[in-house]
Amino acid sequence: MGRSHAVSEANENGGRVRYLLKRSGALVVTLWIAITVNFVLPRLMPGNPVETMFARYQGKVSPTAMHAMQLDFGLNTKTGELGQYVDYLRNVVSGNLGVSFSYYPARVSTLIGETLPWTLGLVGFATILAFLLGTGLGMFAAWRRGTAGWKRGSIADSGLVPFGLLLGALPSFWISLILLYFVAFRLGWFPVGGGVAAGVGLLTGPGFVSLINHAALPAITLTLISMGLWILLMRNNMLSVLGEDYVKFARSKGLHDRTVAVHYAARNAVLPVFAQLALALGIVVGGQVFIEIVFSYPGIGYLLLNAVENQDYPLIQGIFLIFTVALLLANFLADAFYVLVDPRVRVGARQ
Amino acid sequence: MNWREIRHNRRAMAGASILAVFFVVAIFAPLLVPYSPTAVRFTPDLPPSGYHWLGTTINGQDIFSQVIWGTRASLFVGFVCATLISLIQLVMGVFAGYVGGLVDTVASAITNVFLVLPALPLLIILAAYLQGGSVFVLIAVIVVTGWAWGAKVLRAQAIALRERPFVQASRVSGESRWHIVLTHIVPNMLGIIVSNFFGAALFAVLAEAGLEFIGLGNINDVTWGTMLYWAQEGNAILLGEWVWLLVPGLCLALVGTSLGLLNFAVDEIANPRLRRES
Repeated sequence: MGRSHAVSEANENGGRVRYLLKRSGALVVTLWIAITVNFVLPRLMPGNPVETMFARYQGKVSPTAMHAMQLDFGLNTKTGELGQYVDYLRNVVSGNLGVSFSYYPARVSTLIGETLPWTLGLVGFATILAFLLGTGLGMFAAWRRGTAGWKRGSIADSGLVPFGLLLGALPSFWISLILLYFVAFRLGWFPVGGGVAAGVGLLTGPGFVSLINHAALPAITLTLISMGLWILLMRNNMLSVLGEDYVKFARSKGLHDRTVAVHYAARNAVLPVFAQLALALGIVVGGQVFIEIVFSYPGIGYLLLNAVENQDYPLIQGIFLIFTVALLLANFLADAFYVLVDPRVRVGARQ
Repeated sequence: MNWREIRHNRRAMAGASILAVFFVVAIFAPLLVPYSPTAVRFTPDLPPSGYHWLGTTINGQDIFSQVIWGTRASLFVGFVCATLISLIQLVMGVFAGYVGGLVDTVASAITNVFLVLPALPLLIILAAYLQGGSVFVLIAVIVVTGWAWGAKVLRAQAIALRERPFVQASRVSGESRWHIVLTHIVPNMLGIIVSNFFGAALFAVLAEAGLEFIGLGNINDVTWGTMLYWAQEGNAILLGEWVWLLVPGLCLALVGTSLGLLNFAVDEIANPRLRRES
């Protein structure tokens, strides 16, 4: 028996590794496609934005700078499209995203490096908070509904579902504007924009307080708009699980409703919800961009708006690439985590 | 999915009622507006009054008339986008999933790529590249970025239906692939398709408003998104013109919630596990 156990263990690990390898392969391929899309997009657009941009800068910068910019952008007219593409791939792989036009001569990678921590901090915090609050509320709604199905009628569920739907339908930029006006401007509880008060060191006590104060409203907004999805997903999943035989069996054993809900149903319901992280992150990233714009938060979304308004194509491309890479990595990590904790995925992958 | 079930679902009815009100407003907008929504002839910055129910903008426009007029753009873009997205999903999800083989492999690969490209940044970038965005440019951009998720869901369902006996029977009797898809597959997954339609409409309404808010639409159109763009440009916050900020967004949230309710309720009706009776 010990031997067969060892064999199945080895098989299981093999399945795990094989699954993750397969996913890494998919990750690399998707990454390559995203980079290619990024290269092709500006070249496909009507009126060739790259040339328009150079025309705009003609005369504003010296010919030497112009030449340097063309080289920086990989826009060497002597090499053909294919040569440009190879150059672009090589540059991206070596982390060279070119030079920004609107912030010339700042490098795109530098600009992104400066703004990324702000965005990551906000997104990370709000995503975790929204997941905890949302799945908690969703679980509660389903549990009240589920046990009511065992008894009927639940105010918690009839209230929480429309609440979740409303949160999902709120335009993030509008909620930002409203909070900015009523809470920051009228009540004066929080600063009206920016990332930290001017002239305060980030690593000092007052700097930290200022940082939290500035991040509070953007974080609340982001949590609000992304929470709805978790409530609804968790609620629906939990309801499905509550209909499973092992839940009925646990109840028929006479276990307390709450014990059944938390220890039997919720544990099994939360994993597939977690698998929807891709969908959730899409919403979070979208909301984040608008929230940063309204609150003038010094993150990557605000940088994107500036890049778009100035037609700064190298910067736009770099930001899009970072968004794609970040989402892909987040998905991959979520997948990997999922495989580690849920044996059903491994089995499914092997078949 | 049938009408009786929809009529007895409170969420579906609530969503449909709210949406119906906005549809009536959109259709009769020319009769309902007290003033021309583009007229700039009023005293700027007026508070709400009997003459101007929601006051006037900094540019001297009647806010109430603009809100009424803005209903049209949101519903138009929402439903046109949802229709186009559903059609793409029908081909890339349902048809490809049913046919299988190489067609399905290629369609799945394309869907998966669109799924991981971050939709909103892509939306902003495309709208920015295609400058001078008319409403049709916005529609095209929203459709391109918004179809993938639903296609994946529909594909899974089509594959599940593929091996059902009644589908196999019509395959054996030699019916064409599109005929089978349209007469046997689609009717049996209509709930999910309709639910997806409302989900796509919700995405489109919010995306349009968002793009217009940051100035990537046509800023001379009167829509809820451009109203908020002008409110932001006109420093509505500093001037304390909160009605100008509040009402267009509230309308967006209401239309969005009604679409969300329909999306959720139809899904609930189509999915027996979520039904009320256990």
